[in-house]
Amino acid sequence: MNFPEQHELHKRRFGRNLGVALALAAFVVLLLGLTVVKVTRGDFEPASVQQGATNG
Amino acid sequence: MSDASIHSQVPENEASFGDYFALLKPRVMSLVVFTAMVGLLAAPGGVHPFIAFCAILFIAIGGGASGALNMWYDSDIDQVMSRTKSRPIPSGKVTREEAFAIGMTLSVMSVVMLGLATNWFAAGLLAFTIFFYVVIYTMWLKRWTPQNIVIGGAAGAFPPMVGWAAVTGGVSVESVLMFTLIFMWTPPHFWALCLFMKSDYKDAGVPMLHVTHGRAVTRNHILVYTLLLAAIAVSMAFTSIGGWIYLTVAVVMNAIFVAGAVSIWRRSDAQCEADNHKREKSFFGFSLLYLFLHFGAILAEVALAPYGLGGW
Repeated sequence: MNFPEQHELHKRRFGRNLGVALALAAFVVLLLGLTVVKVTRGDFEPASVQQGATNG
Repeated sequence: MSDASIHSQVPENEASFGDYFALLKPRVMSLVVFTAMVGLLAAPGGVHPFIAFCAILFIAIGGGASGALNMWYDSDIDQVMSRTKSRPIPSGKVTREEAFAIGMTLSVMSVVMLGLATNWFAAGLLAFTIFFYVVIYTMWLKRWTPQNIVIGGAAGAFPPMVGWAAVTGGVSVESVLMFTLIFMWTPPHFWALCLFMKSDYKDAGVPMLHVTHGRAVTRNHILVYTLLLAAIAVSMAFTSIGGWIYLTVAVVMNAIFVAGAVSIWRRSDAQCEADNHKREKSFFGFSLLYLFLHFGAILAEVALAPYGLGGW
């Protein structure tokens, strides 16, 4: 099966598409980082568990 | 839809990624980033560095989103003014609908993400900032009253408060004073610009103070706001975010700023025309340094505090 030749439009919009792709990838990395930080700090633990940790 | 029909719909000056980014007003965004960062770092209590980074990023995106919505609504005015003619919408690179979609999407995203990353008080404050800039300033005040820039300036003054709220979950005297500093700084800063960009606003039909009340009244207003600003800027030195560094910077910068405002106030239209608004232009340029150094001094106080050098 032959793929059709790439349209001139796709070449012209490569920079824009790449920018959007990088922005979305950065957003995913950001979400991952936030999740790791929040989980590590125990932000998602129930309030009773957090209270216990504070009181030692 | 065939390739040919897609091709025919492509506008002549097609937008690049940079044109979409330009919708977010990157230069204004840099001010938002800096002041929000100072507000966040000066706030009592710590925050994880990655969460601090995310908070500043989402505040910046929220500020950028309101810029995109401002360009969407003001595209007719932007087309007339030489300063804004080359913006993405008037230059035909981005459509109004695209700007609206980007502005709305980023607004919602930034508020929700700030809420999830920090707290919902900060997120609410960011949402209010976007609402204030787009609805209160852009849609309502800008085309209606010559005091547009005074009240509308509040939108640009919220970022340090949002940064502060991201850490503390509330407001305090210090964050309100940081807000007031930018709020009082905006009118003299912007009216100085107006004094040497006279025809632009007149052509666009925007009721700026110098268009509706004349340049002499505008000079009076610049002086009054500069004096009030000086009082607020110096008084901030005696709060928990102040110290010797801030006090020194505030006294020196406000002395120069007030001297500049007095010198503009004493000038006649003929004098301004004769030297091509030299003093107004230098006053405008200095106003940028003024704000940068005030917030820079707060940052210095915070940075030096662990070594016993910052604060009182």
